[in-house]
Amino acid sequence: MHILVCGGTGCKSSLSDSIVENLRAELEHHNLEDEVQVIMTGCFGFCEQGPIVKMMPDNTFYVKVQPNDARELIKEHIVKGRKVTRLLYENPVSKESVPDSKHMGFYRKQIRVALRNCGFINPENIEEYIARDGYSAIAKVLGEMTPQQAIDIIKKSGLRGRGGGGFPTGLKWEITSKNQADQKYVVCNADEGDPGAFMDRSVLEGDPHSVVEAMAICGYCIGATKGLVYIRAEYPLAIERLKIAIEQARNYGLLGESILGTNFSFDISLRYGAGAFVCGEETALIHSMEGKRGEPTVKPPFPAESGYLGKPTVVNNVETYANVPVIFNKGAEWFASIGTEKSKGTKVFALAGKINNVGLIEVPMGTSLREVIFEIGGGIKNNKKFKAVQTGGPSGGCLTEKHLSTPIDYDNLIASGSMMGSGGMIVMDEDDCMVSVARYYLDFTVDESCGKCSPCRIGNMRLKEILDKIIVGNGTMEDIDRLRNLSAVIKDSSLCGLGQTAPNPVLSTLDNFMDEYIAHVKDKKCPAGRCKSLMKYEVIPENCVGCTACARNCPVNAISGERKQTHFIDTQICIKCGACIERCKFNAIVIN
Amino acid sequence: MTKVKSLADLKRMQEELQGKLKVRERATNPEGHVQVKVAMATCGIASGAKGVMEFMMEELDKRNIDAVITQTGCMGYCYAEPTIEVTIPGKEPVVFGYVDIRKADEIIEKYIKNGEYVDGIIPVNYESIDNK
Repeated sequence: MHILVCGGTGCKSSLSDSIVENLRAELEHHNLEDEVQVIMTGCFGFCEQGPIVKMMPDNTFYVKVQPNDARELIKEHIVKGRKVTRLLYENPVSKESVPDSKHMGFYRKQIRVALRNCGFINPENIEEYIARDGYSAIAKVLGEMTPQQAIDIIKKSGLRGRGGGGFPTGLKWEITSKNQADQKYVVCNADEGDPGAFMDRSVLEGDPHSVVEAMAICGYCIGATKGLVYIRAEYPLAIERLKIAIEQARNYGLLGESILGTNFSFDISLRYGAGAFVCGEETALIHSMEGKRGEPTVKPPFPAESGYLGKPTVVNNVETYANVPVIFNKGAEWFASIGTEKSKGTKVFALAGKINNVGLIEVPMGTSLREVIFEIGGGIKNNKKFKAVQTGGPSGGCLTEKHLSTPIDYDNLIASGSMMGSGGMIVMDEDDCMVSVARYYLDFTVDESCGKCSPCRIGNMRLKEILDKIIVGNGTMEDIDRLRNLSAVIKDSSLCGLGQTAPNPVLSTLDNFMDEYIAHVKDKKCPAGRCKSLMKYEVIPENCVGCTACARNCPVNAISGERKQTHFIDTQICIKCGACIERCKFNAIVIN
Repeated sequence: MTKVKSLADLKRMQEELQGKLKVRERATNPEGHVQVKVAMATCGIASGAKGVMEFMMEELDKRNIDAVITQTGCMGYCYAEPTIEVTIPGKEPVVFGYVDIRKADEIIEKYIKNGEYVDGIIPVNYESIDNK
């Protein structure tokens, strides 16, 4: 028997290490340590319900397990063979407990390709990866194919870059392979920086060998012997597991000199990023790896021509690489049969925000937003109303109710005014103010702008200032026009992707939530009740008994009134701290 | 540590290692395999169910039969312990009573391999609510 315990960052911070320790101790106590193995795997994806423990072979899925539960799990499930009902997942609608992940709404619609091994194998054991057909793809490529034949397979599969742009991967490899040079480089972009996104981290934590194998395949295809992973230093667990994977692959002769007895040699080293968002842009990433400032440069020349140290370089994202070995193992036709006409395969998304099932999911391209949010994601928290979903991170946009039936793929998302990005999906409900959301993302890009070109450095700052003005109630209708014009200029004239897409959250909220902007500007009201400056505290005279509790507790003496008389709040003095509402026992104070 | 020097090395290694993950591979699709449930309540354990379960695990593996072996609670036939329930894909589950190592061996050879019934079958005397 195998007990699988989630060892992703999320579950680890909820003490899954001690769960493993306690399970092992309990097994020893029952003399079962030889029959039952406890294995720490990568992320299962259902982070909302973590830490997760899965019992094999009966496939029981335990959720929200605490270290103290180890004793009961072993005693009941392993020794007596009874399921521990209180730790099973409860169907939120029928309230029945669901023992098997196959029957959970969260997993039913998913197809796991890039995440095929996450939550299944021990990422720190190369043998488990090999047992799952690991390194067969590189063996097949080296043994049976010329580089061009291998590139043709990737081209035929229709795989497009999963980092955001969606550039055809096979084409990128082909262009780089045709550029002659004494050395070329394979780079893996693991500088995942979108707020709320953790797809790449989970792949590296749960299945690092798939990335190692794919990079070696890419090296063979383009004629490179060196690979580099640019990974952010904030991902310590991913770094550790990647290091272990590279070391094991070297020991097994699957990296290094003469791989599998052929004359192909390839090795990988790591470069750490300091967490600058702009370094996810490929030219900035390359400069950062060279030890220079992480600033982008104008393309062309593209990295395929002149990349790391001026040599032809392929830069692909983690998830893109994770798809490569499967394409060789299962065939380009199989991969191309999943997805839509122009977007093949699956996409991993990180669900976050006001959604019931926060976590990591993988669905075929072409799945609708409704399926993702309401079926897999389990709908909006606390039965609130869905308002918008933000995709594509700070470069993307907000999609609304009318987009819910849109099949998700690269082209449809762009047509709807957002983008695929790396796969973050932040769900918002009726309580979210869309002007504030736009400001939040702009705040992020202003912070992360490298400052090299003025449209991005100054333009985005001005955009943010205008939004600030609207949020405090000083905006005018001209400001809204100014937002639009300035956004267009920034998009047209910025140097790199960061600046070119930074105004997107503003534009998409303007397109979809103009009424909220107008409410802020004309009526000086925030419909969601979020913008503090636009709120007014008022006394309802019918309810006020004149107990003076509010006036005595107001820190700025904004409340006046005689005993047993209706009180009055001076909104000019009021700092909207809420102390009066807390003290009032008669519900006589409201926020308007 | 083993060096993988050729494609053949990798293939050999893959075959060797796949066995280790069989437990997990099968668990994701239990309906496609022979399922054996060993009753492991107090009565079952006291009558030697643990030994039977270990025997089943080892022998099915040795005899190359893809099977999912799990334990379950008391099936109610305490008089006939150890009891096991065997489900062959596409067939109704069958419960066997008084299963010792010898009986277990017979069940594997005759029922699991060839579908021949052997003595010791406990007739179904209940309906489970799943079927209602």
